[in-house]
Amino acid sequence: MSAQATTAADPATPTENQRERFSRLLPRLLAEDDRLAAVLAEIGVNYLAEAPPPIADRIVNVGIREQLLIGVAGGLALAGMRPIVHTFPSFLIERPWEQVKLDLGHQDVGAVLVSAGASYDWPKGGETHFGHRDVALLDTLAGWTVHVPGHPDEAEALLRAALPGDDRIYLRLASDGNARPLGGADGRLRVLRRGSRATVIAVGPLADRTLAATAGLDVTVLYAATVRPFDAETLRATLDTPDVVIIEPYLRGTSSAVVAEALRGVRHRVLGLGVGRDELRRYGTPAEHDAVHGIDEAGLRRAVTAFVTELD
Amino acid sequence: MSSPNGSPHDYEDLPALLTLMTGDEKHDASATSTLDAIWVLYDRILRVAPDRLDDPDRDRFLLSKGHGPMAYYAVLAAKGFLAVDDLRGFGGFDSPLGYHPDRTLVPGVEISSGSLGHGMGLAVGTALGLRMTGRARCAVVVLVGDAELEEGSNAEAIQVAGRRNLGNLTAVVIDNASASAGWPGGIAARFAVEGWSTHDADGHDHDALERAFAAAPGDRPHVVVAHVESKES
Repeated sequence: MSAQATTAADPATPTENQRERFSRLLPRLLAEDDRLAAVLAEIGVNYLAEAPPPIADRIVNVGIREQLLIGVAGGLALAGMRPIVHTFPSFLIERPWEQVKLDLGHQDVGAVLVSAGASYDWPKGGETHFGHRDVALLDTLAGWTVHVPGHPDEAEALLRAALPGDDRIYLRLASDGNARPLGGADGRLRVLRRGSRATVIAVGPLADRTLAATAGLDVTVLYAATVRPFDAETLRATLDTPDVVIIEPYLRGTSSAVVAEALRGVRHRVLGLGVGRDELRRYGTPAEHDAVHGIDEAGLRRAVTAFVTELD
Repeated sequence: MSSPNGSPHDYEDLPALLTLMTGDEKHDASATSTLDAIWVLYDRILRVAPDRLDDPDRDRFLLSKGHGPMAYYAVLAAKGFLAVDDLRGFGGFDSPLGYHPDRTLVPGVEISSGSLGHGMGLAVGTALGLRMTGRARCAVVVLVGDAELEEGSNAEAIQVAGRRNLGNLTAVVIDNASASAGWPGGIAARFAVEGWSTHDADGHDHDALERAFAAAPGDRPHVVVAHVESKES
């Protein structure tokens, strides 16, 4: 997939993050497939500033109008187009929530929603720009596929795989991530390490950190770049002790219910780690927020160790 | 109930079709405020037919104001999209016909509606999509109520439609003076300032409605404000 992503004229750089990959890829994808349309609300317009006319005709910048952002996507889909819709998670999922529910789901049409900014990629922006509730909100709806890639190559593979269909896809891009792609573009959990005392599921960008935090612990580590639908089969097939920790880069506990569902009929314990609900009213850096939410390396190690040894 | 032009039923049959849903011979304004506008659209304007439901080159009618859909269902039945028998089950558990329409259940219904303020945005997207697919001559007609226009989502859509010169888009506003704060200066002025062409018409006068729809200039969006009796009258 990286071979597709790079050309001599426009090579990937080692420092390119997921959002930058998306911005570089978007005009090319539009050029390759005339069923695609890009729908933007000012954010990301610069990605497409130089698009030639045949592509520019399929770029709709609705301005700062996020209800219309999703409404237009629904209408485009009704007319047979495949809309790619992009902005921050808070303005893509939360602001136009009823449009996401009705203009896509209730119309029974699809779209590829691509967010960038994750939970707090820009913590200096504060609460108004935090996006950690997105996946939990989508969990209240049926029929959404949710991808949380951990590397630009995964983001590209998941995006390309999303385009031919007519279904509803949420692709959650983050600035930070893992050093290497860990695969996982097939919707399946990937086994990163085997152990016997518990299973730790790392979602997307948190995989490297999870591997470091669990070094020396006798636990299985699984990797998920796709969380909906959730790959219950691999979890059950690799399960030893039925104690499961799921580490998510968005609202803590978002996937605890699907893990419990995956383990139906098995007596088990589940611990969800991720971003807390409390409004911190803090700015600073992503690392500072990770530490407060306990999803930095030290916090993860503490939490996983305590969970594994809790009943000893 | 038959008509000379080949459609199964005619305008005069609509009250009887409404009665199948309401169980009442008399129909209040909420059931009939949209009846004439929808009838004129299906009888004289829209290039749609029951045998071309999925034809990508059909015109699209989007009922944004999903409340009081009996008139819509009656016209769809009269024009052969729906079986007349289906009207009898209106609102029932197994009926395709809810108190708000569902596009996945009712043949010919282009959007599922009921929550106000969604049709205009969907119409703008549909009009843009038809342009992108080389079908700009297909008309998109979206029907809203004057109270529905209070939803801010409409303002987003009206502005963008005007600025993008969506000549394949027509909005019909059924004005029964039910907006809580009113529209000082009139509804048409709200569209005109955003670059739409506008046409006011008596919402029950079929020839006036036909002229109003036909007045769409084609190079910018068009609104027909259809005036009907107020809700309270």
